[in-house]
Amino acid sequence: MSSEDRDKREPMGDVGDAVLECQHLGIEFGGLRAVNDLNLVVGRTQIAGLIGPNGAGKTTVFNLLTKVYQPTHGTILLDGQDTARMSAAKVSKAGIARTFQNIRLFSTLTVEENVRVGLHNQVECGMWSSILRLPRFWASEREYHRRALELLDVFGMADNADDVAGSLPYGAQRRLEIARALATNPKLLLLDEPAAGMNPSETAGLMEAIAHIRDTFGVAVLLIEHDMELVMGICEKITVLNFGEVIGSGTPADIQGNPQVIEAYLGKQDAREGGE
Amino acid sequence: MDFLTNLINGISLGSIYAIIALGYTMVYGIAKMLNFAHGDVIMVGSYVCFVAMNSLGLSPLVGVLLAVAACTCLGIVIERLAYKPLRQTASLAVLITAIGVSYFLQNAAQLIWGADPKSFTSVIPFPSVTLFDGQLVISSVTIVTVLASVVVMVLLALFVSKTKLGKAMRACSEDKGAAQLMGINVDATISMVFGIGSGLAAIAGVLLCSAYPTLMPTTGAMPGIKAFTAAVFGGIGSIPGAALGGLLLGIIEVFTKAYISTELADAIVFALLIVVLVIRPAGLLGKVSHEKV
Amino acid sequence: MGMLGNLRKTTRSHILTYAIVVVAYVVLQCLVSTHSISYFLGGLLVPVCVYVCLSISLNLVVGVSGELSLGHAGFMSVGAFSGLAASICLRGVVGPDPLRLAIAIVVAGVMAAIAGIVIGLPVMRLRGDYLAIVTLAFGEIIKNLLNNLYLGVDANGLHFSMESSRALGLQRGIVIIDGPQGASGVDKLSTLLAGFLLILFTLTVVLNLVNSRTGRAIMAVRDNRIAAESVGINVTKYRLIAFVVSATLAGMAGALYAMNYSTVVPKKFDFNTSILILVFVVLGGIGNIRGGIVSAALLTLLPEMLRSIGDYYMLIYAVVLIVVMIATNNARVRSAFDALRDRLRRRPGDGPTLSAGAANGGGTHEQ
Repeated sequence: MSSEDRDKREPMGDVGDAVLECQHLGIEFGGLRAVNDLNLVVGRTQIAGLIGPNGAGKTTVFNLLTKVYQPTHGTILLDGQDTARMSAAKVSKAGIARTFQNIRLFSTLTVEENVRVGLHNQVECGMWSSILRLPRFWASEREYHRRALELLDVFGMADNADDVAGSLPYGAQRRLEIARALATNPKLLLLDEPAAGMNPSETAGLMEAIAHIRDTFGVAVLLIEHDMELVMGICEKITVLNFGEVIGSGTPADIQGNPQVIEAYLGKQDAREGGE
Repeated sequence: MDFLTNLINGISLGSIYAIIALGYTMVYGIAKMLNFAHGDVIMVGSYVCFVAMNSLGLSPLVGVLLAVAACTCLGIVIERLAYKPLRQTASLAVLITAIGVSYFLQNAAQLIWGADPKSFTSVIPFPSVTLFDGQLVISSVTIVTVLASVVVMVLLALFVSKTKLGKAMRACSEDKGAAQLMGINVDATISMVFGIGSGLAAIAGVLLCSAYPTLMPTTGAMPGIKAFTAAVFGGIGSIPGAALGGLLLGIIEVFTKAYISTELADAIVFALLIVVLVIRPAGLLGKVSHEKV
Repeated sequence: MGMLGNLRKTTRSHILTYAIVVVAYVVLQCLVSTHSISYFLGGLLVPVCVYVCLSISLNLVVGVSGELSLGHAGFMSVGAFSGLAASICLRGVVGPDPLRLAIAIVVAGVMAAIAGIVIGLPVMRLRGDYLAIVTLAFGEIIKNLLNNLYLGVDANGLHFSMESSRALGLQRGIVIIDGPQGASGVDKLSTLLAGFLLILFTLTVVLNLVNSRTGRAIMAVRDNRIAAESVGINVTKYRLIAFVVSATLAGMAGALYAMNYSTVVPKKFDFNTSILILVFVVLGGIGNIRGGIVSAALLTLLPEMLRSIGDYYMLIYAVVLIVVMIATNNARVRSAFDALRDRLRRRPGDGPTLSAGAANGGGTHEQ
């Protein structure tokens, strides 16, 4: 109840400028509410963070937004369009793209092919044109190549275009996943622990990259991250989740001072001490 | 009475399918492979029993025991030689190897015993039971088949749930790595499962040939496919599922032949399987596994 | 720059594949024209072409789409019987034999495509071994139905029945399909040239499809279904495309097969035939079209050549199959081979595979 109120009063949650609006979103797995009554607003071209202790349900929220799971309650509005009943593929077309906590590349395809698959709905070419090798096919292939390399260039991977995705080092795989997600031309990009396994300097590079992506592609970014330096450093708005419920939402400064959040992260005892 | 006769025949045929399906499902559960040679182990078991009884003049009981012993060894040897080297690799490679084993067994049997059908003498030398003034005749084979499969299933259920080896088997099915860490000998457990499955196949083979007494090198193929279907029908990997799937398949087959069409029985049975899978993609008692995202 | 290199690499691989097919055809055609081929081997030429086509088409499902199909012979039989029915109906209507054969093959493809859609639509949400069993079931259903199908033609058109040929009520017509006896009196229209052209057609369709937007989508679904959905790929649609195109091509090959014999029985297209085609694909290297072509040709000829050994030939075939599978898939044996190969040639090899991507993972993805 209180969290809902906070969302309503929330300064950057101006509904008119929101790209994503979830209301009362929830899912039950056999009686267990993994996510309950989630209200979440992400502004257009905003960088927002979703944090919380392990098992709080953060990835589940991503799975709900991208329809890996079917929500049992609530609504999802993407740019005013109801995506709660769409298939995963339709949600992508509507404008949500994501990366995965455990990297999911098309590992036997090349780096360029991975991005080309991301461009699937951006560059059309029917099956018959392909089989008959009509001029249309050649035009589309040129377009695929141009756009894929353009994207790979942004991530400094153009030289690796012909490498097999599965053979890339870990960091490069993470970057390729972001490139592939951006290829779908999303309005909202969901990043699931993008800094996992990165060292501090790589993380710093990633922070720059995320800001750069937002500015270049004009997308809103919602990210799950445990690295608080990254979250506090680039997120304009943070939502804190615990046991599937929102326990705090606001600017990094708000969150850092929120006793409920501190309690969730550090336990009750420490929270009280922190307060004194 | 027709209905009752058909039902009893269906249960009897279904019991045989169930015993074969148990072998399929246990092997699938632990080795995650479709053992296409399983049907041919049935055939080998039947031939061993046939030879023991007809050529060596042994008693039916000794024949059955010999068949079970021979098939248990055969199952373990097949696993060691053909499947174990491929345990870490893709399931398709193992599938093709299993097909190779199947060809091998069929052709070896043809070389040893010839291609012409042998007439199998029933291992159950009792007369039929007549009820309701002769309106209902139940052959002794049918009764023994049903009883035998009940005994087999109860013993198997007890083995799997109560014994240490049974628990080791379930542990290996869940997670081989973790089972190994708990001190379970995974190799030995897998061998044991192949042995048990093949021993069951021998029993099924003898019962099958007692009921349908034509024995040739391809005898095991069709029952093998049917039982495999039954295992999937019930939910592959699930032991109660295999028993249920086998029984249902047998009953459906007999009823289809009796009331709809003899010629189209196979088509109807398989079509029903497709319908079941479309409605329940993991079979009747199977669990749908969700990929963790 | 990268793409040009990439294109060149896959193109080079494709050119080699086409070249092997063309050279093999030219050599065989020369041998046939100069009568320097045994009668026995001559009879195997069209079947070899048929099995090569089937191997290529099944690779689209097993290798490219990553699904196990155990009912490919079912589509082959749909094509076989609809094709020969078409050819018999067109007897006297269409003059030149090659044209009649071509029409029959097209009809066969259409009918097999319909069968592919009918079976594929409801079951495409099944995965792995469950899809495999459905394809197996489908193969058995088709065989069973064809075993009970009676089809005849007379002046009033086509008649069919599921009971007997007498129930067709033909008036001075011909029985085309006579239940378990199958079709007899089929015109032997198939030739080596037709087989060669059908291989080229099949190869072109599959390679062009694979190296396109559609093919990439199919392979993306194979590699990672959830990721494919997340970038907006309709998983069911692309699995179905692979399945139906494969079925269509199998049906066309089936028609070629049927019109190579005067009698065709439904029993020929059973589970064992489906498995045989699968063996070609797996032994050739899953996803490796060229390997599948070579293994289809060799394995069709091998049992016939082994026949001279006598009774043991199928036993030897079985042992060869097991040993080859273990030798090519066992990790220890494989790494020993790799080490040997590395020592023999220093330069990195160009995998004889579908695309640059499949070259490095084509053989191992199917888990």
